[in-house]
Amino acid sequence: MSTATETIEELVKTEYKYGFVTDVETESAPPGLSEDTIRMISRKKNEPEWLLDWRLKSYRHWLTLSEPTWPKVHHEKINYQEIVYFSQPKPKKDAPKSLDEVDPKLLETYEKLGIPLRERGRLAGVAVDAIFDSVSVGTTFKKQLSEKGVIFCSFTEAVHDHPDLVKKYLGSVVPYTDNFYAALNSAVFTDGSFCYIPKGVRCPMELSTYFRINAANTGQFERTLIIADEGAHVSYLEGCTAPMRDENQLHAAVVELVALDHGEIKYSTVQNWYPGDENGKGGIYNFVTKRGLCKGKNSKITWTQVETGSAITWKYPSCVLLGDNSVGEFYSVAVTNNYQQADTGTKMTHIGKNTKSTIISKGISAGHGQNSYRGLVKIAKTATNARNFSQCDSMLIGSKCGAHTFPYIEVKNTTASVEHEASTSKIGEDQIFYCNARGIATQDAVNMIVNGFCKEVFKELPMEFAVEAQKLLGVSLEGSVG
Amino acid sequence: MSKQPILEIKNLHAGVENKQILKGFSLTIHPGEVHALMGLNGSGKSTLAAILAGREGYDVTEGTVKYFGKDLLDLDPEERAREGVFLAFQYPVEIPGVNSTYFLKAALNELRKHRGEPELDAIEFLTLVREKMKLLELKDDLLKRSVNEGFSGGEKKRAEIFQMAVLEPKLAILDETDSGLDIDALKVVAAGVNKLHRPEAAQLVITHYQRLLNYIIPDFVHVMADGRIVKSGDRKLALELEEQGYDSIVKGQLAAA
Repeated sequence: MSTATETIEELVKTEYKYGFVTDVETESAPPGLSEDTIRMISRKKNEPEWLLDWRLKSYRHWLTLSEPTWPKVHHEKINYQEIVYFSQPKPKKDAPKSLDEVDPKLLETYEKLGIPLRERGRLAGVAVDAIFDSVSVGTTFKKQLSEKGVIFCSFTEAVHDHPDLVKKYLGSVVPYTDNFYAALNSAVFTDGSFCYIPKGVRCPMELSTYFRINAANTGQFERTLIIADEGAHVSYLEGCTAPMRDENQLHAAVVELVALDHGEIKYSTVQNWYPGDENGKGGIYNFVTKRGLCKGKNSKITWTQVETGSAITWKYPSCVLLGDNSVGEFYSVAVTNNYQQADTGTKMTHIGKNTKSTIISKGISAGHGQNSYRGLVKIAKTATNARNFSQCDSMLIGSKCGAHTFPYIEVKNTTASVEHEASTSKIGEDQIFYCNARGIATQDAVNMIVNGFCKEVFKELPMEFAVEAQKLLGVSLEGSVG
Repeated sequence: MSKQPILEIKNLHAGVENKQILKGFSLTIHPGEVHALMGLNGSGKSTLAAILAGREGYDVTEGTVKYFGKDLLDLDPEERAREGVFLAFQYPVEIPGVNSTYFLKAALNELRKHRGEPELDAIEFLTLVREKMKLLELKDDLLKRSVNEGFSGGEKKRAEIFQMAVLEPKLAILDETDSGLDIDALKVVAAGVNKLHRPEAAQLVITHYQRLLNYIIPDFVHVMADGRIVKSGDRKLALELEEQGYDSIVKGQLAAA
């Protein structure tokens, strides 16, 4: 009956909780992109010559590229000359020396987002680097980390304090020639997080970066670089939110991970950028390139993502399995509600012998949302005994949304084994009624069913965040149930 | 007879879109009673169960349904469940990924919250579950699986009765719980239902066949045809039906009406 369908549809109407704007004085570049803009950014950050050269090379290459048209998403053409490429909260004096000197308004912002930067908050045991528009406003637990030899700081600091590491690894996994948005990011990136775990060290706490877009008309282009040296282990989490605005804002990040022999990186994302309103107005364009290189033997990289925000998501966290016996994993939950669009998935490139990859993707579409899984499993000639298992499940809520799966498989070695499973299901009115008839309200029933659907992915998230992710999913699909 | 009835249905007319299914259905159930509602397919038995549980899509055009004196039709399905109405589904629904224990604990705690009782924690709940399992002689592997997922027909029905045992309803409606069961499963289910019977509660057993009534002994038997009860009696009526078939009884009654 149509009434029951309406109930389900009402239910998925969203309220975005993080849509506030922080009133803070900013220092911004005028909109527009040119070599001058790039020189300005580089000068602001007091960068060495080599980095400016690299930026300019990227920019010149970018000029030769055009936006990819293959994703199953639709948006008006982006005018790259209307975007502000640099915006930072005006420093009170010089750069804050410690978190105590950070503008209280900024600390309050993160407090409000549930990310206390004061080192006694709820997230004790998690070190946070907070990125506000184009710059890092502070990193917690630096001292405790440095005692173990772990470097965790903003990208800008890393360029100054650890230039050799940055120079060695920047662009080594995602070269600026990789794609349109990666080239753009390489030209104009403003900050991000840098992390290095030395040989044999197991990072003593979760590391996390929290990205916040605040200023209007500003693009956020951050760059994250994480290196796990031989035998090192690290678990890293990023979270993101943005104010509610009617215009679309561009977020084009690049994340590079490198794991050397026996190194392990677990990278988890809870992405909650502003998704636009219920009519599809506004929201973030999240065009991100993320790739991990399992460079050494027996290395392992795990991507876990919970994507609930953004008007459009275009991202494929990938693994290049170069080292023998290396392992790549991708666990994803992507939710599209209202008019959100997501084209997301992964690439697993097997080069080394006995390499193994696992892909578990859960797409949830509600409202008019369009959700696509796009994945490539590539087994090179050299990848003897490579193994892959992929599972792509889609769930539909209501009747106006869509789910699509585009799996690509390329195998060039006959000893390889590749498995792909896919399913599509619909939250049925029958399921909801069954829960109702046991005393469970419709909203709780939907949460229960959706969480059950995503369980395999949530169990891969660090404990504290698994709970957050479940709640977030609840909020994303929340509505006015009478 | 001064006791307040649990359920009082008067002259209920209801249907879907423009099709009338219930045409003047009346039934009163008091605490401690077991009623059997029998009838051919299409006589409106399952529609009645659905309307009592609050499924959407049915229009009630006439009549009233009182539950402990209150208008039952005014309540949302989850409110009815919290007030003690339980429907054992003819076709229990699979909910992949949702653990059976988790589901049942959530359901029970909703009921307890509604009654102003403290919610049970995991340990208290498991203690209760074990006790009920023992009572029904069930294996606990069902509880480790997702709600009804991949269950055989018999397992699904047993799981429904188990839920009933944990939720302890005041009014249990069993919608063709016997359909699709072999005789052994039927005995297990019936034994469960009998054990769960309490003097302050009532059961409405909807069935097509009299064989279930060999194991569940009803106080009253009603024969339904064309959207209403055409004949009521005690257990003997069920046996009569078995011998003579629906046709003769129903025809006789409809002609007399």
